Amino acid sequence: MSIDLKTIKHISKLSRISVDEKKAEKLVGDLNSIFDFIEKLNELKTDNIEPLTSVAETTLKLRPDEVKSMNIREQIVKNSPQDNEDYFVVPKVIE
Amino acid sequence: MSDITKQSLTELVKNIKDKKLSSTEVAKAFIDRSEKSKELNAYITEDFTSALDKAKKFDQKPNLDLKLPGIPMAVKDLFCTKDVKTTAGSKILNNFVPTYESTVTDNIWREGAILLGKLNCDEFAMGSSNETSFFGNVQNPIDKDLVPGGSSGGSASAVAGQLTPITIGTDTGGSIRQPASFTGTVGLKPTYGSCSRYGIVAFASSLDQAGPMSQNVKDCALLQEVISSYDPKDSTSIDFKRNQYSKELTNNIKGKKIGIPKEYRVDGMPKEIEDLWQKGIEYVKDCGAETIDISLPHTSYALPAYYIVAPAEASSNLARYDGVKYGFRAKGENLIDMYEKTRSEGFGTEVQRRIMIGTYVLSSGYYDAYYLKAQKVRKLIKNDFDEAYKKVDAILTPSTPSSAFKIGEKTNDPVSMYLNDIFTVPVNLAGLPGISIPAGYDSKGYPLGLQIIGKAFDEQSILNIAFAMEEKINFRNKITDWWIK
Repeated sequence: MSIDLKTIKHISKLSRISVDEKKAEKLVGDLNSIFDFIEKLNELKTDNIEPLTSVAETTLKLRPDEVKSMNIREQIVKNSPQDNEDYFVVPKVIE
Repeated sequence: MSDITKQSLTELVKNIKDKKLSSTEVAKAFIDRSEKSKELNAYITEDFTSALDKAKKFDQKPNLDLKLPGIPMAVKDLFCTKDVKTTAGSKILNNFVPTYESTVTDNIWREGAILLGKLNCDEFAMGSSNETSFFGNVQNPIDKDLVPGGSSGGSASAVAGQLTPITIGTDTGGSIRQPASFTGTVGLKPTYGSCSRYGIVAFASSLDQAGPMSQNVKDCALLQEVISSYDPKDSTSIDFKRNQYSKELTNNIKGKKIGIPKEYRVDGMPKEIEDLWQKGIEYVKDCGAETIDISLPHTSYALPAYYIVAPAEASSNLARYDGVKYGFRAKGENLIDMYEKTRSEGFGTEVQRRIMIGTYVLSSGYYDAYYLKAQKVRKLIKNDFDEAYKKVDAILTPSTPSSAFKIGEKTNDPVSMYLNDIFTVPVNLAGLPGISIPAGYDSKGYPLGLQIIGKAFDEQSILNIAFAMEEKINFRNKITDWWIK
C-alpha cells in the first residue's frame, strides 16, 4: 500500500500539525519509505499470538484513594505561555 | 592535584572521601574544561555558577558517607530539573522551567552530587546522531565532524570528552548504548521498571528507561545503584530487591553461559564488526565463561515493530504540547489554528514525521493492521529471549552495525538512520537490561562497542561480565583534545 498526499493531509489534521504543500510532498516520500520497511511484519503469521501490552508482568499496585491537595496552582500555571494568575488562556472559542 | 578531569568517578569519590580533593576543586576543574569545550556543543544549559555555590556549601559541611559526595555531574536535558530549564532538545520546550525534579536526578542529588548543567540530545530523544536537536549538532570528541550517536549524544560526548565525570541518558531503542559505542564509553540500559520514569520527558512510555553512561564499568555500577529505585509515582516502576551493584561487582564469571545469537550476523555487516564480535567471544572464554550458539529467530522484525510502537506512543505523549499549558505558542487565528501552528513551528522535522507515523498507525481502520500486529510481533521477540534464557545467563552481540559516521551523512535517509539501532532495539521491546562496552577500533581508529544483554532484573550479571571483559580488553580511548584551542 502507499500513502498519498490526501492521506498526509488527513494525518496532519489528526495530528494538529499544519503542513504546506512542499512539506506534505516530502512527507509522502518519507512515510512511504518507512512503511515499505514496516511492511516486513506481514511476512509473519500472528493470528494466535497474544499482543504484548506491557513487558512488566506485574499487576498495578493499589493505594488508598486519598485527596492529596498540594496547593500548587501557582506552580502549575507558572510555565503557561500567556500570563494569567489563575487560568490557562487560549484564543477566544465562543463568539 | 593535576588532571582531575582524567580521573574516573570511583577515583574522584575516593579522593574526596580521603580529603585529598574538595568538591570545589573538582567542580572547578570540570567547569574549566567545559568552558574550553564549547565547540563540542555538548551543553544546552550550563549551571556553573550554581554548581560552584553548591560545591562550596558541600565543602563547608561535607557528608562523606554519601555515595557521590560533592561530585559535579551534567545530565541529559530530558530529565526535569527543578528551577533549571529543561528543553528535551526542542524549540517547543525552549522556555520550560520545571517546578519539580525527576526521581532519577533526585536520587543522584540526594547522594551528594551537584548539577553542572543539561546536556544536548536529539529532539524528544528521537534520533541516532544528535542531529535532530533544536540546539544543533554535537561533536564527537573522537574526531571532528563525527556524530556522537544519539539520542544521548551530548551525554556521550561530555563523558568521552571529560566535561563530566559521569552522566545519565535515556534509552528507548538504543539511545544510551549506541552513543556509548560511538564514543568509546560505557552505557547501561536497565531493565524496564528499574529506574523511575517520573519527571523524564516522555517519548515512548513502554520502552523508555534512564541509565548511566560512564568511562568504565565500575563507575557505571555505582551510578546504577544510585538511580535504580522503586517509585510509586511511576505506575510501571517495579518493586524488586535491588543489588548494591558496585559492591557486588566481580570479575569472576567462571561457568557463566553466554549466548551468541546467529541472527545478529546481518547482511552487509562490516568485517571489522564481525572480527570484534569474535574477539569478544574469545575474551569471555578467557574469563572462564562458556559460549553457546543460540537463535533469536524474530530479530529482523524488531526494528519494523519498533517503528510502529515507538511513534504510536510518541504521538500520544506529544499531544500535550499544544501551546496552552507550557512551552512555545505560535499566534493563530483561532484555537485550532493556534494548535496547528504551534506544533508545526515548535517541533522539528523528525519529531513531526514520527507523530505522523504514530497518528496514522493508530487511526481508525489501521489500528489492527499496524499497532496490534506490532504488539504481537513484540510478544514473539520477547518469547525468543525467554526461550534463550532457559539455556544461557546472558547474550553477547555487537552494539551497532558500524562505527560513528560523519555529520550529515544519513540525515536525508530516515530508514538508513533507523538501521543504526538494529542490535539495540530488540532489548527495549523485550524490556531487558543491556550494556555497551568499548571493545576495539575500526580501521579509521573509531571506537566499536560490544553489547551484553541480560535477563530481566539481572543487571548484576551483565555488569560482572562487562567488568571481566573490560580487564581483558584494556581499551584506551584515543582523545586528542582537538577541540581545545
